[in-house]
Amino acid sequence: MADFLQQVVSGLASGGIYGSLALALVLIHRATGIINFAQGEMATFSTYIAWTLTTNHGWSYWPAFLFTLAVSFGGGVGVYQVVIRPNERGSVLRVVIVTIGLLILVNGLVQLIWSGEVRAVESPFPSGTFTVGEVAIAYQDVGTIAVSLGVVVLLWLFFQFTKIGLAMRAAAVNPAEARLVGVRVTWMLALGWGLAAVLGAVAGMLAAPSVFLDPTMMQAILIYAFAAAVLGGIDSPVGAVVGGLFLGVLLNVLSWLSQYGLFDWFTEELRLPTALAIILGVLLVRPAGIFGRQAVRKV
Amino acid sequence: MSARLRRTAVPVVAFALLAAFMLVLPAFVNDFRAQQFAYVAIYLVAITGLNVLSGYTGQISLGHGAFMAIGGYTTAILMTDYGVKDVWTIPAAALVAGAAGVLFGIPATRLSGLYLALATFAIAVATPPVIKRFEGFTGGGSGINLFGTEELTASLTPVEILGFELNFNNWLYYLCATVSLVLYVVAWLFLRGRTGRALRAVRDSETAAVSFGVSLTRYKTLAFGVSAAYAGVAGSLFAIATTFVNPDTFPISLSIFLLVGVVVAGLGSLAGLVAGAIFIQFLPLWAQEVSKSPGAPAVVYGAILIAVMFLLPYGVAGLIARLLRPRRGSTGI
Repeated sequence: MADFLQQVVSGLASGGIYGSLALALVLIHRATGIINFAQGEMATFSTYIAWTLTTNHGWSYWPAFLFTLAVSFGGGVGVYQVVIRPNERGSVLRVVIVTIGLLILVNGLVQLIWSGEVRAVESPFPSGTFTVGEVAIAYQDVGTIAVSLGVVVLLWLFFQFTKIGLAMRAAAVNPAEARLVGVRVTWMLALGWGLAAVLGAVAGMLAAPSVFLDPTMMQAILIYAFAAAVLGGIDSPVGAVVGGLFLGVLLNVLSWLSQYGLFDWFTEELRLPTALAIILGVLLVRPAGIFGRQAVRKV
Repeated sequence: MSARLRRTAVPVVAFALLAAFMLVLPAFVNDFRAQQFAYVAIYLVAITGLNVLSGYTGQISLGHGAFMAIGGYTTAILMTDYGVKDVWTIPAAALVAGAAGVLFGIPATRLSGLYLALATFAIAVATPPVIKRFEGFTGGGSGINLFGTEELTASLTPVEILGFELNFNNWLYYLCATVSLVLYVVAWLFLRGRTGRALRAVRDSETAAVSFGVSLTRYKTLAFGVSAAYAGVAGSLFAIATTFVNPDTFPISLSIFLLVGVVVAGLGSLAGLVAGAIFIQFLPLWAQEVSKSPGAPAVVYGAILIAVMFLLPYGVAGLIARLLRPRRGSTGI
């Protein structure tokens, strides 16, 4: 049983990472109505910046962390203004293809600047574990959960209690009327892209110590985040976080079960498809995700 | 020229030119290029099918590589285990993949937009590991080799058709080109009448479509089936062309590049599809030639893709439509 709980805790830690990136996807979807396929690669790029600062320029971890968040924010705003906004007319798929182009471009840039080598990244948290009851919990896991949930709470406070947060929500819900009451909608959407890039950077920096840093680091995580966001309901921030945590735990529990001969048929490689199949099962019952609302449109 | 005549004459003339071009092309290019153009024809089949689903019916698919995999493996298994000649496996691949599309389409009609995108993406992600898992049937990770078998036409000795002796690459080119042209016409016939109108109605407004008596379930499932059958044919030809299938023949990126191709070509139009297929096949090769340093080809590829979206918001088809539109002042009616 202790074994099981341990798996749940480490599942929550990776789930926190998926949740952060999923939340980034949700933010952008609410603001611009698309899925940003480049979100993972943008996060990888940010993580490389943090790595360079700490490894090559002798910065200590947390200043590098904050500086990276600032750069990522600027990058997100820039990406929106330069390549996304001019392409918003026409089919939604046009912007989606632009983000696929960005994915390929940023991935290439990372290889060009930092080469494809796999890098070890130090963790800001102490290694080792502490025990609660019989469950051994890694500091790394607790730190990951704390940071990712902390960022989510900060974001929630920002949206709920600040004027800019309110303006951003208004711009996402009803751009035309928001503009009428004086909200600068374009800048609010750009801000949304900036915040999403920050969330992605957090996810990337938290993931790097355990999965190692290489140019494709975030690609698998993006798939998990996409699944988590859709599971929770693509427009629901709470859903994204819950979906991420659920998925993290689900994947770990599946591998725990396979130790005991249950689900033995599911090899390591089949774990992601299994998790996706379970999510699809949920979606067939609730086509708009667990926390999503079915859109009702006037014809 | 009256507008009506223009509407039929222009596509027919363009198609005749295309067919003539494809017929004589091998005379002007070497063997290796002919093989590359065979892949263009294969992608043409795949994105024609994808356009039926995504362009005309408005259902996003990020998983068409999976249907190509089903077609490819149908061909490979029929050839090696049952000794069926390669060309006869193509209709079988269409049937199997089409059936899979219908089976997937029935539950998928409940989903729309991004939820459907995730569902289709999930099958693309699941396909390689699932293929590996059914080792006895699919050869697992090492795949199935077709080269040098009796069943693969022209792989051992050149084949003679209408008095012309064709080596493997040229035979492959003509096979793929013929299939793609035939299926192109089939798609045109399928989409121009009542069915095409129903599909477009589903895309433009589901509510309006239903109130005019168009069954969403029936037409979405139909679009999935037809589209998957096209992907199956493309996958079958792909297996024949590579003379080999393994789980990595049909990666996730293939599904994404198909979507890229169809958007570059122009959603909801057949006019730009050849350009989309050429884009899928040649842009990566061309980007590699620009620079060899690691990452540089990807940068070039991504930048060009974004630039194309800037310049051609409605794809190549949009450009063609703009060029053909009667100029202001001329009496087009």
